[in-house]
Parts: sequence; C-alpha cells; structure tokens
Amino acid sequence: MKPANFEYHNPTTVAEALDLMARFGDQARPLAGGQSLVPLMNFRLVRPAHVIDLNGVNGLNYLTVVDSALHIGATTRQRQLEKSVIVAQDWPLLRDAAAFIGHIQIRNRGTVGGSLAHAFPSAELPIVMVTLGASMILRKQTGQRTIAAEEFFVSFMTTALEPKELLTEIQIPAPPVHCGWSYQEVSRRHGDFALAGAASVVAVDTNGRITHGRLTLTGTTPIRARSVEESLLGEKPSEALFQTAAQRATQTLEQDSDIHASAAYRRSACTVLARRALAQAAQRSAISMKGTAR
Amino acid sequence: MSSRQVRLTINGREYSGDVEPRKLLTDFLRDDLGLTGTHVGCEHGVCGACTILLNGEPVRSCLLFAVQSNGATIKTIEGLAPNADELHPLQGKFWELHGLQCGFCTPGILLTAEALLKEIPNPSEEQVREWISGNLCRCTGYQNIVTAILATAKAKNSPQS
Repeated sequence: MKPANFEYHNPTTVAEALDLMARFGDQARPLAGGQSLVPLMNFRLVRPAHVIDLNGVNGLNYLTVVDSALHIGATTRQRQLEKSVIVAQDWPLLRDAAAFIGHIQIRNRGTVGGSLAHAFPSAELPIVMVTLGASMILRKQTGQRTIAAEEFFVSFMTTALEPKELLTEIQIPAPPVHCGWSYQEVSRRHGDFALAGAASVVAVDTNGRITHGRLTLTGTTPIRARSVEESLLGEKPSEALFQTAAQRATQTLEQDSDIHASAAYRRSACTVLARRALAQAAQRSAISMKGTAR
Repeated sequence: MSSRQVRLTINGREYSGDVEPRKLLTDFLRDDLGLTGTHVGCEHGVCGACTILLNGEPVRSCLLFAVQSNGATIKTIEGLAPNADELHPLQGKFWELHGLQCGFCTPGILLTAEALLKEIPNPSEEQVREWISGNLCRCTGYQNIVTAILATAKAKNSPQS
C-alpha cells in the first residue's frame, strides 16, 4: 500500500458532495482526475483522512455554450477540450494549450477543474483562463460565489477556495471578434512540466490596429502583463512593437529557481515566448479579418 | 478502514474483490487478481508502464484507486491477443521488427498503440510519437516501436499483405 489510509466517499450529486465537504472540511480532499493528487498521495506528501470522489457526481462534466459564453463543468476531462468542436471553433487557445498537458493517458483522466484547483505554477490551464478572462464558480453547502480567474490564483499552489468549497464550473466569455490566439511553452521534452509558458489573445480591426490584447505568463501564479496589454491598443502589429512589449512585460518578472531552471533562464524564456505569442496571435487575427473581407 | 466491494469486467471476464479504498488499481490487478502483465514502474504517473484501457481509453492504472473502477470495463495486456496461440497484430509486428528489448514498457505501449489505431487507423509518424510520448522506454530509443506500430497500421489497411 502506498497511500495512507483514508475514508472513501463517492457522492452522486453536487449537493451530496457539498454536504461531505461541509462535514469534513480541511480533513477532506476532493478527487477529480487524480493525476496530481494521487501521485502526492502515493508519496504520502498528502494524507487526507477523507477522499471525496467527484467522478461519479452527475452534472459536473459538460461543455456548453450559454449566451455565447463557454461553460465548463469542473470534472470535464482535459482530453475533451482537444476533441470538442465548439472549443476548436471559438476558444482554440484552450484546445492548443490542452495538448501540452502531460500526455494523452494523463489528459484522458485529468480534469479542467482539477488542474485549476491544484494551481501548479507551470500548469497550462491557469494562464489560459486568466488570458481568456474566465470566471470560476465556487460552491459550498450554504451558497455560491463567482470569482475572476485572476483573483482565484492566490500564491504557490494556493487558490481562493475555502476548505468547504468546491470549484464546480468555469465560465469563459465570448471571444472578441476576429481575435487570434497563441499558446507558447518551453519544456525539456513535450509533455514535461513547462519551464516557461505564455498565452495571448490579440484582435485587430479593419484598419489593422490592435483593439484587444491579452498576455499572461507563467510564474508562482499566472502573471498578467496588464500595462503591456494597454500599451498595445491602437498600435499596428510589428516585430518591433512585440519585441518591446515582450521585454517590458518580462524585465522585472518574478520567477523561481529550481533544479530544472534558474529564475534568469525562465525570465529570458518568457521574453521570447511573450514575443512569439503576441506575434502569432496578431497574425491569426489579421488572417481571420482577411477571411471575412474576401 | 472499511473495505469496499469492487465488481468489474476485465478482458471480457467478470471479476470482483474486496479492497481497501487506498489500494491502487495496479496493485489490485497484480496482487489480488494475478494479472501481472500490467507493470509497475514509477508509481506516480510518469512512466506509463501501468497503462491499461479503461472503458477503451488508455490511462495510468497507478493513478486510480481500485474502488474507482467499480462497474468499469478494462482491458489489460492479458486481453490483447485473441487466444493463447495467436499474437495480436501489434504484438506480431513488435516481435517481427524488434519493437522491444527488455519488454518492461511493452504492455503499456501496446495498449496505448491499440487505442491509437482504433482512433486513428492510419496515423502519421508524428501522431504515433505523440501518442507513445507518455510511455517511457529506456532500451530501444523508440525507433523500432514506431516502425512496428506504423507497420501494423499499414498491414491492416492493405488487405493483401
């Protein structure tokens, strides 16, 4: 036996799961895909007294469009992001980023909500959700609240979730008209943890000027380059513009050093990735614009 | 801690057993059911040696608790070949083209490849490499594994060969 003993609960409804969370609080861990929690349990780095398995809960696994926003149930598998036609159509950033999460065997089990609640610094989905302006729906027995992705990630592997709360849904607003997107990442091998990552959405208007720009970089928590985003508005895309923007976005970027890479390396990689992400997103937006002009 | 009863279908056969919730599916398969073809490598989801097909999809059996597999349909390496005297086409090509050396990673790779060819009957080399990227092999350098999977697809798609 590798994991320490625990009591297993398998609720079938969200209400039942919330009751269990209310009852056991910080003694409990919700189990979604288990691709991060179970390794930690196998090493006994995490030893919850109660495991609340969400895999049998009805009504937590879905991808639907409501008023042109994408609603994702928390236990939706990461692989579903890659296969979904609606995701590919309107939120391709999500599809592209999902392909970088571990491997197919991992994505078959790993869930969208699980990855976000785990909030690992090099994870793909957190920076994508910040870039897309997503909202998180957090529920507990006594109520529900909505929190912006940017406020959800608090510090290293720590989110705004309270002990008795569950992340049940992620809502992503409709994409800006004719926007382009880009997800960029550096890792030793494809599927490894990212050493650095960047996600971007850019939209240009009929005059070729930028009307919307988003750029988020990996860090202890996702780092949104807000001042750089603002500086892009009204500008015409060019290599020089994006080079300057990428440098500004990363010159004082806080990064961590570990055995995989130094903070300086990560910062330098972020500069390159930010430039590529902005350039590719702008280019895709321009192509989308031309497609309709024809 | 109270044990739980698990009933599931493995390789077309019904199995049941009592498990502690903390027992991993890999250990249940190997230690309780004697299906030792599923290998245990890293035990934390990195190496892919324990890959099985859960309801048709390749997953790490070391990252599932046995209790979670209640009601599931599983295929392990023991269920790949059609019978005791005949190899599965993938196994045949791995044998013919030296797609293995020590064989430790082979069960996981074969099951991943089986799922791949079901989803993409005619994969490109790039797709093969993407799919098996979650299975570590420390002997072969992957060259002959990729060749064997591509050759299986080719043989299947050309009737007279």
